Amino acid sequence: MADLRINFAGIKSPNPFWLASAPPTNSAAQIHRAFEAGWGGAVWKTIGAPVLNVSNRYGAWHFGRQRMLAINNVELISDRPIETNLREIAEVKRAWPDRAVIVSAMVEAKPEAWREIIERIQDTGADGIELNYGCPHGMSERGMGSAIGQVPEYCEQITRWVMESASIPVIMKLTPNITNIVLPARAGVAAGANALSLINTINSIVGVDLDTLELTPSIAGKGGRGGYAGPAVKPIALNMLAALGTDEIVSKSGLPISAMGGIATWADAAEFLLLGASSLQVCTAVMHYGFRIIEDLCDGLSNWMDEKGFKTIADVSGHSLHRVSEFKHFDLSYRAVARIDADKCIKCDLCYVACNDAAHQCIDLISAQGALVEPFRYDARSNGKREAVEMRPQPAVREEDCVGCRLCYNVCPVDNCISMVAVPSGRGEVTWNELSQQQAPVTEDWETMKAYRERMGIRIH
Amino acid sequence: MESASSAFRNFETALAEQLPALTPNAAAVEADRCLYCYDAPCTRACPTHIDIPRFIKKIATRNLRGSAETIFASNLLGATCARVCPVQELCEGACVLGADHKPIAIGRLQRYAMDSAREHGNYPTANATPTGRSIAVIGAGPAGLSCAGELARLGHAATIFEARDLPGGLSTYGIIALREPMEIALEEARMIERMGVEIKTGLELGTNISLDGLRREFEAVVLCVGLGSTPALGIMGEEAVVDGLAFIEASKTNGIRLHVGRNVIVIGAGNTAVDCATIAKRLGAERVTMVYRRTEREMSCYEHEYDFARKEGIDFRFLCHPLRVVLEGGLPAGLECLRVELGSPDASGRPAPVPVRGSEFVLAADQIIKAVGQKKPSLAAQLGLETAKGFITVEASFQTSIPGVYAIGDCIRVSGAASTVMAVQDGKLAAAAIHQQFARLEPPAKGHRREGDERPAPVEVS
Repeated sequence: MADLRINFAGIKSPNPFWLASAPPTNSAAQIHRAFEAGWGGAVWKTIGAPVLNVSNRYGAWHFGRQRMLAINNVELISDRPIETNLREIAEVKRAWPDRAVIVSAMVEAKPEAWREIIERIQDTGADGIELNYGCPHGMSERGMGSAIGQVPEYCEQITRWVMESASIPVIMKLTPNITNIVLPARAGVAAGANALSLINTINSIVGVDLDTLELTPSIAGKGGRGGYAGPAVKPIALNMLAALGTDEIVSKSGLPISAMGGIATWADAAEFLLLGASSLQVCTAVMHYGFRIIEDLCDGLSNWMDEKGFKTIADVSGHSLHRVSEFKHFDLSYRAVARIDADKCIKCDLCYVACNDAAHQCIDLISAQGALVEPFRYDARSNGKREAVEMRPQPAVREEDCVGCRLCYNVCPVDNCISMVAVPSGRGEVTWNELSQQQAPVTEDWETMKAYRERMGIRIH
Repeated sequence: MESASSAFRNFETALAEQLPALTPNAAAVEADRCLYCYDAPCTRACPTHIDIPRFIKKIATRNLRGSAETIFASNLLGATCARVCPVQELCEGACVLGADHKPIAIGRLQRYAMDSAREHGNYPTANATPTGRSIAVIGAGPAGLSCAGELARLGHAATIFEARDLPGGLSTYGIIALREPMEIALEEARMIERMGVEIKTGLELGTNISLDGLRREFEAVVLCVGLGSTPALGIMGEEAVVDGLAFIEASKTNGIRLHVGRNVIVIGAGNTAVDCATIAKRLGAERVTMVYRRTEREMSCYEHEYDFARKEGIDFRFLCHPLRVVLEGGLPAGLECLRVELGSPDASGRPAPVPVRGSEFVLAADQIIKAVGQKKPSLAAQLGLETAKGFITVEASFQTSIPGVYAIGDCIRVSGAASTVMAVQDGKLAAAAIHQQFARLEPPAKGHRREGDERPAPVEVS
């Protein structure tokens, strides 16, 4: 069985799964239950400046029957008295010495305010501190949270203040509400942070109520920007994680990264690990289903690691990072075509309409006799299941015209029915980068490009 | 003496609509399950070719009004069809999810959309410019209602003549209430009336109206007369046998007074026979037995109807040929039958039942119901129409051997299963054919009249 233990910048936990700083980590009572359920650690809901909260603070984006594909919130940092939080943090840490207890903090941008909060947190016996530079609503209006995270110079300055008084590991948490995530990460490196974490929530308005015409959720008729999280943000988080892992300065610094953003299953977790995370944080999935999800997060991850021959989390961490590249380095000669497994195909024809309307018109409908069939060409007097089923043509890819765009693969509702098959293109490997260096005119002039295509046998229909 | 002793003493409960309406949540879950196939097989399998994925998608997006409009665009009798269609043989039977999973509950989703249309009065309107053409439609069953409604949509003035007191045909009178409550069929007829169709009841072709008169008064006549009564069994004591269609009708119009025996035999094995057996069972019969000459393989009822009947606790006696009704004091006491063996295929293509000599036996019964199909439309001969196997012969345009006289529905169904939805499609296609025929003709004279027309010409209102 795989070893799920981690040592993250000196913070140890029995598995890589921590509760993210959020409502599930609001109190000792909750975290006790979470640890009982098996969570490896918890990042205490941010403590710091005094706040008041509002009702209707969580919105959600549902898609089809899937509730809470994403959550959006305007909840602020902990609204419990700071003394209560500090006392409970100490209690939890005493009760759970083997778990990671990290405290998220956010105070005014003043050195003494940060020094004070860091010292008070350290007094609790907590294992680490996470600097909340990410909260995109409320706190940011007061010059905290993402107001800091969006300005690399501020990140660096405050982290420097923190590092002067910190005696336990400090994790700098990044906001995704920035054009280039690498810049604040480099600021963290420069300031001497011990680790990075990302992503915090994304600026969002979750919707408009079509009855009341108010924003949803409506806070006495008003609504506004809130933080977006949950399964829908996972691809954004993965991209930002990979951006750090492939940045020379950040990767060379060796700072471990605690990743979050839509982790709901062990499979999500594995993907984050493969792209460079060495600790994982979860919030929305717990807000949806409760602490009990930790069991399958660990179990599934462990089984997958066994299957793949990974012994430790460190083995997995960053394993796929070398695959992260850029368009200019992709092989332009690589050719894949879609192939439909007629035995698995249920003939919903979603691939056909997607290809025909939105891609490259290379899926045909073929009758049992092998003839090309146009859709909707049946007699108005046709009826009954037999005719409908037996006369239904089979979608088939015209491979010579298929550009391998993979749209059909994506829309197909049947697992493993459409596969993308690599086929020889008859051309040697070449990247755009190489092409622009070796045959610059091809990349600059349409006529030359045309001639190049003809020479290479590249046909665009 | 009280004969009803089952749990279904309460008539309302006993024959209340069998399937509950889908809740909004259940409908949304089911609608979301639909893959939204392109050129969907369910749509092709539906005789009226309702754009099923489209109406389901609209349920999923909570555009119920649009969902109902999608259904009505192809089928004005969507509420009836949602309830009575053999969906297993049609749309749901063709669903791509059926092969390795569970087909979408298309019928129930359609009912959900239709219930919503009824609740909100979101009915189709006929707002084409009036053409001045007038058509007589004979029979207010599904074929007639569909045809008249479609004609109204095209701007033509359709008048339906219905022999019975109520419109709806078999939907009103002949389908067990637990599958379609009478009110649904009547509301559907009212919807067609609101589209500008006039329904005149109590007028029967050949009795108080004549084809010649109609042909003079109207530019086209559409016969939607269905089939005839239940044929005679030709056995002794038949006078004590209850007619199946009349039995169902009584259960719908006068259920409380319906006489139901304790030990009931239903002769026949079609869908009507199953309905009769179900009614008898649910209204208190202790034992209901369906008696059929052939075996379960040859039964003409749908497979799901047979399954339903078995779940209702109805008994089956196959390979029984009824010989005579055993009477005691003029009342039925039993049915004497002969055992039957199956021989070579007969005209229907099914193995012919061959009675076994000397195998007489008596099945005890205090009520015997026959549901052995319907006679061919007798009107065809009266009107001098060409027929095939007793059914009215029509061209592709549904025109009969008499020009300007069309026929649709069960009365022309010489092959294939007669069903409500086929009748609805006939109505739609015939309306289109008549419309095309009109387009080929000269524009109508204002206040069209023919010689001998006794109806006053419409007065132009300025």
